[in-house]
Amino acid sequence: MAAARGQALSLLWARLRPRPGPRAPLRAAAAAAAAPAQPLYDVVVSGGGMVGSAMAAALGHDIHFHDKKIALLEAGPRKEYDHMPDSYSNRVSSISPGSATLLSSFGAWDHVCSLRLKPFRRMQVWDACSEAMIIFEKDDLDDMGYIVENDVIMSALTKQLDAVADRVEVFYRSRAVGYTWPLPSHSCDTSPWVQIQLADGRRLQTKLLIGADGHNSVVRKEAEIKNIEHQYDQSAVVATLHLSEATDNNVAWQRFLPTGPIALLPLSDTASSLVWSTSHEHASELLAMDEESFVDSINSAFWSNINHSDFIDTAGAMFRSAISLLKPSGTAVRQLPPSVAKVDPESRAMFPLGMGHATEYVQHRLALIGDAAHRVHPLAGQGVNLGFGDIACLAHHLSAAAFNGSDLGSLKHLLKFETERQRHNVSLIAATDLLKRLYSTRLAPLVLLRTWGLQATNALPPVKEQIMAFASK
Amino acid sequence: MLKPKFGGKGSPCLSALNCSPEPQSRALGCSAREGSGEGILVFLGHSLALSAKGDTAASETGSSKPAWMVPKRKNSGACLEPSHAGSPGVLLIPQRSTAGCWESLACRASPLLERRSRVVCALPCKSDGHADLSFQTGLRGILQDYNWKIQLKSSSTLPVSLTEMKSSMLTAKRPLSTSHSSVDSKEIKKFQLLAHKWWDEEGEYSALHSMNDIRVPFIRDTLLSMSCNYHLGNPLSGVKILDVGCGGGLLSEPLARLGASVTGIDPLEDNIRTADRHKSFDPVLAKRIQYKSSSLEEIVEESMETFDVIVASEVVEHVADLETFIKCCSQVLKPEGSLFITTINKTQLSYVLGIVVAEKIMGIVPEGTHEWEKFVPPEELEHLLESNGFSVKTVNGMLYNPLWGSWSWMESTSLNYAVHAVKSGAQGQSGPTDAPSEMDIQQRSATAGTAGTASDISV
Repeated sequence: MAAARGQALSLLWARLRPRPGPRAPLRAAAAAAAAPAQPLYDVVVSGGGMVGSAMAAALGHDIHFHDKKIALLEAGPRKEYDHMPDSYSNRVSSISPGSATLLSSFGAWDHVCSLRLKPFRRMQVWDACSEAMIIFEKDDLDDMGYIVENDVIMSALTKQLDAVADRVEVFYRSRAVGYTWPLPSHSCDTSPWVQIQLADGRRLQTKLLIGADGHNSVVRKEAEIKNIEHQYDQSAVVATLHLSEATDNNVAWQRFLPTGPIALLPLSDTASSLVWSTSHEHASELLAMDEESFVDSINSAFWSNINHSDFIDTAGAMFRSAISLLKPSGTAVRQLPPSVAKVDPESRAMFPLGMGHATEYVQHRLALIGDAAHRVHPLAGQGVNLGFGDIACLAHHLSAAAFNGSDLGSLKHLLKFETERQRHNVSLIAATDLLKRLYSTRLAPLVLLRTWGLQATNALPPVKEQIMAFASK
Repeated sequence: MLKPKFGGKGSPCLSALNCSPEPQSRALGCSAREGSGEGILVFLGHSLALSAKGDTAASETGSSKPAWMVPKRKNSGACLEPSHAGSPGVLLIPQRSTAGCWESLACRASPLLERRSRVVCALPCKSDGHADLSFQTGLRGILQDYNWKIQLKSSSTLPVSLTEMKSSMLTAKRPLSTSHSSVDSKEIKKFQLLAHKWWDEEGEYSALHSMNDIRVPFIRDTLLSMSCNYHLGNPLSGVKILDVGCGGGLLSEPLARLGASVTGIDPLEDNIRTADRHKSFDPVLAKRIQYKSSSLEEIVEESMETFDVIVASEVVEHVADLETFIKCCSQVLKPEGSLFITTINKTQLSYVLGIVVAEKIMGIVPEGTHEWEKFVPPEELEHLLESNGFSVKTVNGMLYNPLWGSWSWMESTSLNYAVHAVKSGAQGQSGPTDAPSEMDIQQRSATAGTAGTASDISV
């Protein structure tokens, strides 16, 4: 009787303890009666994009991984970046200071700086349907962020990977076609490692697999991790633009049109990069039109007040005078972005947008980072920064685990990574999604709401600082 | 199977024979004639040896040739022929043997018996039926000379049949068997049942898995602070560690991953098997770790002063004789070597939390794992260590949080605690005072600082 009660109580305690619940059933290990010829790696990173390469480089440069074997699998060929072409590439990313810190921790940021990048100091975001706007800038006029071409980042990462080639083995043109997962607590004689089968027939074994293979992640699918995803009815059009006159181009501009936000990101004193999220049809039109019309539509998107309505304008003005009574410095004059003169030929491209979030970032011997774990709308400029944030957190936990001699694939520290990152990422993704939906409408009540909301937020520096701090983590 | 025949005066008192599981290895019959002075050697598992005097009792294998003979009332030297070397044996001692006969018996029998064979002797009784104690003492002396461990138990002098298991009257065992001095057989049985559950991180041993989060850094940092070299990526490289009571290898593996060469010993073979299997998949670990199924005493002789570090984590509350354990640790440890112990204090709090709550209520630890009587207070442990040539450097309390399943350090040692002690050096500076040792450590860390910068980065 007492024994039964004791057992029941201990069961109760077991449930109350925040242990990881039963994860989705993994596909059981094939009878891998040890094939000792298969090389055993400590960590394999699947996916050699910006996030995957940065993860491999970060681990390779970590002192506690000095004697460990790391592999990076990349389906594409090795790209040589001996010198950057004069023209700018049309895929750029906004790098937050936190990401810059990560990249400098293994020496990649120096390469980026020596190639090319553009810091910006201010960000102006305003509405197309009203006069409301918000300005972000750091108090000390420090750099808020950097606009860097993706190719430049990849070049810097490749250089740093070459520097630790004795620890990190990069497999180019290698696509993984199958993964075999181990049973969690192996008490039988099957191999406890993850088996990876490459397209050319080679097999690898690893103690920890990190999936960094983009939003259509094969690793995530093979691990049967549920992904909450949603395709936006939008595509992003990117292009490299030349300004009509040289200017101190250190402001990032973003305007919320009803069809989607349009952003102008500085690349140099005379060039900027365009990221225009709009409906699929409009995006195709923009790509099809000739350069003159394209430039005209960009300029009118930024300047025209077609979408203003008197009602909203009056309401907004009223609110603004109220704010200036309470807080005289809380309002500012809206500035106009520089006008665009021409667009680089061949630099126009479009890609579809969506939102996604994996329900689990980790499983036994598996971790997802970057777009494989979460995909976000570019309106907040956070996509790759979330990925770099994942890298910083995971590398920190893996480094501590290696210094403690623990099994790298053990769920204990992987769960710490997951908790930390999910807390951060979920709020940001939810906020971005909310903003996107809020600004996609022309309906008066919502416009009013967002107008007043934006004006109020602009008048509250503490709130703005919080937002900036959160976004730059 | 022959039944022994006893009777008459001076009949030997037959003691029970250890029956091993297979039926044909049960000791086969023996016959001891009273007063005849014949001895019969009965082997477990193999064919019968039989009585001398030409009397051949049928053996299972049908061989009629006597395997061993211990004949003659007058010590005329035994003619011994080993029939099956290496089998566990039972030796029945004849009546009225003299020392010389014994000696030659022991001499010839020793190499032929298994290391752990039990040898059961029936000793002659005096006419009043009581065992001949003086004979026993003499026998014991001789057998001890040949390194046989003697376990003397008295038993009734009434004749018993072979099939009745009574405790043996004189049991001479080969040495190096699981000694009774520090391994407790009850403890072995407890852990036998859980031998396969070691590596389930959420199972019965989850508390031990999470204890690695504090005990590995404790060992690592202490050793790093005492040494001058740091190898990038392998902080413990070059260190030889002995993990006593390694179980399934929970602590041996992290230490090996940090670069140490680890020898793990555990008296329970199933544990060693589990540990061996678990390490076999990782070639780095398989090379750095060696597991042996033995107790601490058994490896003392072959490993005098060979280890830099001994780790006895959650072990001393399961040993039978702590002083012997510590003495053996001292013998296998190099001078200035480190000893790390983690165990549980013997306080009311540890009874309430460690036994009642942990075992019975919350099931953190399988029921019956610990006995409060065997918990060791830190004062007693420190005293034992200091009086056996160790100098205690650190004592830290540990606390387990069952909600998060995590361990942390704590000021008070009233529950769990960890001890770091250093064996005094060859010059016998066994002073337990802390002041000179602190200076020592400071000196070492000063040199480590300068030496480290020069020598560490060797990419």
